[in-house]
Amino acid sequence: MNDHTHESHDHHHEESFIRKYIFSLDHKMIGKQFLIFGLIMFMVGGGLALLFRWQLAWPDRPLPIIGFSKTYQETGEVATDADRKWEERFDDDKETWLETNMPGGVIDPAFYNSLFTMHATIMVFFVVVPLLVGAFGNFLIPLMIGTRDMAFPVLNMLSFWSNMLGGLIMMAGFFVPGGHAAAGWTGYAPLSSVAEYSGVDWGQNLWCISLIVMGISSLMGSINYITTIINMRAPGMTYFRLPLVIWSLFIVAILLLLAFPVVASALALILFDRMAGTSFFIAAGGGEPLLWQHLFWFFAHPEVYILILPGMGMASEMLPVFARKPVFGYKSMVFAMIAIAFLSWIVWGHHMFQSGMNPALGASFMTTTMLIAVPSAIKTFNWLGTLHRASIRFTVPMLNTLAFVSMFVIGGLSGIYMANSPVDIFIHDTYYIVAHIHYVVFGGSVFAIFGGIFYWFPKMFGRHMNATLGKIHFWITFLAFNGVFFPMHIIGVGGHMRRIANPMQYEYLQPLQPINVFITICAFILGVAQILLLINVFWSIFRGKVAEQNPWQANTLEWHAPTPVPHGNFGAIPQVYHGPYEYSVPGAETDWTPQTQPNGESLHGEPIPVGASAD
Amino acid sequence: MNELEHTSYEQAEGESRPISNARLAVLVLLGAEIMFFAGLIGTFLVFRLGSVTWPPPSQADVRLPIGVTGLNTIVLLLSGYTMFQGLRAIRQGRQKELRNWLFATGLLGITFLVVQGSEWIRLVHHGFTLSSGVYGSVFYVLIGCHALHVLVAVLWLLVVFAGAIAGRFSMNRYVSVEVCAIYWAFVVVLWPLLYILVYLI
Ligand code: HEM
Ligand SMILES: [Cu+2]
Repeated sequence: MNDHTHESHDHHHEESFIRKYIFSLDHKMIGKQFLIFGLIMFMVGGGLALLFRWQLAWPDRPLPIIGFSKTYQETGEVATDADRKWEERFDDDKETWLETNMPGGVIDPAFYNSLFTMHATIMVFFVVVPLLVGAFGNFLIPLMIGTRDMAFPVLNMLSFWSNMLGGLIMMAGFFVPGGHAAAGWTGYAPLSSVAEYSGVDWGQNLWCISLIVMGISSLMGSINYITTIINMRAPGMTYFRLPLVIWSLFIVAILLLLAFPVVASALALILFDRMAGTSFFIAAGGGEPLLWQHLFWFFAHPEVYILILPGMGMASEMLPVFARKPVFGYKSMVFAMIAIAFLSWIVWGHHMFQSGMNPALGASFMTTTMLIAVPSAIKTFNWLGTLHRASIRFTVPMLNTLAFVSMFVIGGLSGIYMANSPVDIFIHDTYYIVAHIHYVVFGGSVFAIFGGIFYWFPKMFGRHMNATLGKIHFWITFLAFNGVFFPMHIIGVGGHMRRIANPMQYEYLQPLQPINVFITICAFILGVAQILLLINVFWSIFRGKVAEQNPWQANTLEWHAPTPVPHGNFGAIPQVYHGPYEYSVPGAETDWTPQTQPNGESLHGEPIPVGASAD
Repeated sequence: MNELEHTSYEQAEGESRPISNARLAVLVLLGAEIMFFAGLIGTFLVFRLGSVTWPPPSQADVRLPIGVTGLNTIVLLLSGYTMFQGLRAIRQGRQKELRNWLFATGLLGITFLVVQGSEWIRLVHHGFTLSSGVYGSVFYVLIGCHALHVLVAVLWLLVVFAGAIAGRFSMNRYVSVEVCAIYWAFVVVLWPLLYILVYLI
């Protein structure tokens, strides 16, 4: 074993295709696998959203292309290919998948429920977590702390493949009789625990099983991340010289480790209720439906911070690089993240103000929730402080990061409104909540992901993504994103409930319908714009401009590794001399000072005046 | 096991570590295990504290086997002791003693499982099952999850035992034993808590 260790970086050895690309043990390849997985699931999740957005804007109108034509609906005459196909389908006596879920191209209300349930489930568990934690976590941790791989490479590989298995189980749910899970991504009992209530049978079971498998996957990931970060930092890489993104991933690994088992136990109880005749969450059998909400949110509130913290970390990497200034208040950034992580355990009740709760308890959840705004604001002001009087380079990663910061502010502010339980009585379960979610998760995490992909792509694939295409993608996405989600605040305050298949059934919502149409049009633009991202990624992997070793002139260790990064990452393990954000140090001849550069020496070995390089 | 014994690149370079990767990883794993049981124990407490009488009226005639299980608790605690002795033995390089202590530990663990299993069979024959109201549900799920953990610990122990027979451990190579012992300690320490909660109060 030890021999093997040396062999792998002393002389080059060819690996078979399967070892290299499929069952790879290399953290970089596993990171890329998560990246591809996450991007594909992003398209699936987005596609589901477009389906239900169509239904919301034009309730019960057949879908374009695959649905009945207008002529057919008005006159009953077969006018298009789709009409003919549907006629044939309806003629034979066995009911196909399409006929059950969207007869004639119209989305069935039961299918609508599965659509929004699966949209959220996929986006949260199969897109944002795999991308932020799986892809960037795997790729960045060993490179940025200066080690050759994760502590447990086999565990790392298993983590990806169980993640994949979870994804396949989740996808299989669409094709089982009774349709996929339809109780919302929050899976509230008893809707989720009694098959008769929702009419969903195996769909909900698979939903539970898949999430448990995902839990095991992230458990393996967390064990690896925590061990690696604690034990395998390069010499000189003290905790307070760790880049902030590593801090964020460290904290997130701890949150995942401690939060997921709780929901895993609750999911197991749901499975018992559904399959073994117990009644944990069924009031009729002496059970307690509210218990599910407590267990779920005790997990899911930390989970939403799992979705944002790595985004915050990545933003804190990119801002100083493109502002050419040290990050403002490094330590306060770290402590703010720790505070957020800590507080996230004691706020879960803010999701349950309307579920029936002792008002005193409600008030304490309200207080703790509003407290979270304090560390969040510290981070925001630190980012603004970093930008203050900087000579900003408006590259694509920077544009996405700036979008991250500004959109997160909007999402955080709407959070404070909802945290007030009297206000929340009014806006709970409306589109206001949907607006909030998307400002933090899309406006926050997803923009950070876009920026991160663009920023680390040269190190991942040895090539640059196309900047023009990147800018076009960014601006369309940014504008369409706001077009979709900003108006949701308005219809939410107007009383538009979330999770309804046909707003036109409610007279008081009918005047809001033009806004729904506007949102859907923007949503389609937003969806189509993501094709540009895919093209940019996949084209650039093969054809992009070849990247140099440190294209953004950044300090952190991953840029010290050669491009493309070889197996084992570094020639010799680097020695770290100072913190990660020393940009524009007075007296230095370049405006960046790599972490590997000995104190008192400039890039070319000449001494720097004393006191110029802060630790 | 191999994965735990030598992680690639471990100790090859980098600073000396206060704690090895494998030990750290099991401790981290225990964090997750504790939270898993916290979820289940929380569930138990919600029902226990939410009901005026326990067992609930519908299950009033159920008698859990307090005595036998009490003895069984002692069996499991003993296995914790033998495991610890085994670890001490190998730390001082006494391979043969390690084998004996591991053997005793495994035997005690299996005894625990067999007794639990036979008590369960008796209860089921008395008509007390998983679907006997929430009382039956929490009992079987909570105790069953623990039993499952003991089973995993026993299987793990078997692997380590096989290693001990093959003479793979020595005074400065015993991480696998230690890691298994940490996990074993967890299932042992957890049990009295569950026993008190579920059987006694
Ligand atoms: C300043 C910080 C924040 C505050 C005060 C806050 C507050 C709240 C409150 C009170 C709710 C419940 C509203 C209701 O259902 O009536 C909520 C929902 C939600 N929040 Fe936040 N939030 C904050 C930041 C975040 C972040 C950073 C994320 C994720 C990255 C997030 C994701 C969500 C999600 C997904 C929901 C909806 C859950 C659902 O019912 O489906 N929030 N937030
Ligand atoms: Cu929350």
